Amino acid sequence: MQVSNARPSAELAPNKPKRRLSPRLRGNLAAYSYMSPTILVMAVMMATPVVMVFIYSMLSNVVMVKDSEFVGLDNFVQLLSDPVFRKAIGNTLIFTVASVAFHLILGMVFALMLNSGLVPRWLSALFRAAFIVPWVFTASIVVILWQLLLNPSGVVNYLLRTFNILGDRVEWFSNPSLALFTVIFINVWAGYPFFMVSLLAGLQGIPGELYEAAQIDGAGPWNRFFHITLPQLKPIIVAMAMLDFIWNIQHFSIVWLATGGGPLNATETIATYTYKLAFSKHQFSVAAASGVVLFVVSMIVALAYVRQQKGRD
Amino acid sequence: MTLQVSQNVPRRRLLLRIGLLLGLTAGALFAGGPALWMLINSFKPNTEIFAYPPTFIPETFTLDAYVKILTDPGKVRFFINSYVVAGGVVLLTLFAGIMAGFALSRFDFPFKRSLNAVIISIQAVPPITLLIPYFGLVVWLRLYDTLWALVFTYMVATIPYAILMMTGYFNTIPRELDEAVEIDGGGSFRALWQVLVPVARPGIVSVGAYTFMVAWNEYLFALTLTQNRANRTVPVGIQLLMGEHSFEWSEMMAMSVLGSIPVLILFLLFQRQFVSGMTAGAVKS
Repeated sequence: MQVSNARPSAELAPNKPKRRLSPRLRGNLAAYSYMSPTILVMAVMMATPVVMVFIYSMLSNVVMVKDSEFVGLDNFVQLLSDPVFRKAIGNTLIFTVASVAFHLILGMVFALMLNSGLVPRWLSALFRAAFIVPWVFTASIVVILWQLLLNPSGVVNYLLRTFNILGDRVEWFSNPSLALFTVIFINVWAGYPFFMVSLLAGLQGIPGELYEAAQIDGAGPWNRFFHITLPQLKPIIVAMAMLDFIWNIQHFSIVWLATGGGPLNATETIATYTYKLAFSKHQFSVAAASGVVLFVVSMIVALAYVRQQKGRD
Repeated sequence: MTLQVSQNVPRRRLLLRIGLLLGLTAGALFAGGPALWMLINSFKPNTEIFAYPPTFIPETFTLDAYVKILTDPGKVRFFINSYVVAGGVVLLTLFAGIMAGFALSRFDFPFKRSLNAVIISIQAVPPITLLIPYFGLVVWLRLYDTLWALVFTYMVATIPYAILMMTGYFNTIPRELDEAVEIDGGGSFRALWQVLVPVARPGIVSVGAYTFMVAWNEYLFALTLTQNRANRTVPVGIQLLMGEHSFEWSEMMAMSVLGSIPVLILFLLFQRQFVSGMTAGAVKS
């Protein structure tokens, strides 16, 4: 509705130049009318909620209470003294660092295998297609699929038992000491293709002469990897690690769908706990404080990302 | 030592090749195996899914699960909703993205740089942070439990990407093209829609495909901003069914297959563009 309202103004402004306006002003008006649908959506759906969440975070329980009052940083104090939130911070850090690291490692190993030039081109294209498969699935399908695979009487436990790797039927999701590992594993499976594809593009961009020169100097494969490949890919690796850090620190869906933060808060992350605070405990102000914490951390990393990108230009 | 190595090169190369093929096969099983398992199980009757030992080729091949889903109006509704929401998001996002991309590519105006910076940084805002105020905002706008609530909230995530991509595409089109239209007496609006948009069509299509994928996959907002079963999208709908009849695994798998087909098709058609688009920030040299 809002967007279709914005349409006539955008159509009319450039077509009906006002007579007395300077060309410069007319240009600015035209530009802003082209920007107006975006500005409208962003004002309503981005700027307003961000301001609201900051205000919420400093009010006594908003939404649920009619006359909520200003309480300063009380909600933040309450949040930080909440043992579950502290646990969530720890879990989020483990989840994020492990996910980024394994996305990177797995993406790198797969990209190197595809780029080796030792298998025929058609075969490598086939493997490439297979390696991208996890990317196609939406989070809720990813989780259902792994719930079937990792079911105590499912195929993974069957294979692990048949090959004598693990004896018992493992409860991957409901065992508190395994659950965080399980959700990280699923998240790694679902997310590495993006890294693989970007690193593969990066590998293909490295000039072949560099390797030829190194070969003449007698450098072995390890030397070539650490002294040519890695330094050449460094800008891509740094940029992707930062982006992935932002995505994973905010990650909600896979954890929520797989374990709901349980068992016993073993997989509780800042995002799942924020959701619970708001929509099952109805403590909207504390939830807003938690949302603000996540917002600030994300923005700091995003700023670092933009600086890093600018430094390269 | 170097001498020894060079003597063994053909043999080493063969060993390396075998090792590599083993590694690639293991990787393919890890990546594609689960998806294959989904497909296999969607063709099994439910009683066979937890058969011990598991059957890797269905003993009884059946399309029952698919028939059950496609003949149940409640389940078909999830798909219709997802298509409507994703379609709406694509249209509105392209409209806003094309216009804003044009402005950023062709005009110089006050606060242009800051607007650009805001558009980029919006992508880092955590959805869960927005969700808390969204809930009140969407109720206040009378959009709660409607598909419109999803369309408008998804656009926050899809517009920035569309703008960045469209600005890039328009920048590659020579300015002389739209200046010619303006000399003929047409305004910049006509130049945009009659000249630039047709030229930029391949770019627009791939931005649309990417937007569709983001909207089709979204879960958090769809879970929270709709309530009625009739307004649920595929990702939430699958989970609802999971909670209700959690033992109908073959139906779950069939629904997962059906729910992944649109994105799979888009991937097959636009994989190259997605990849270069998503990594535009990371890989630009």
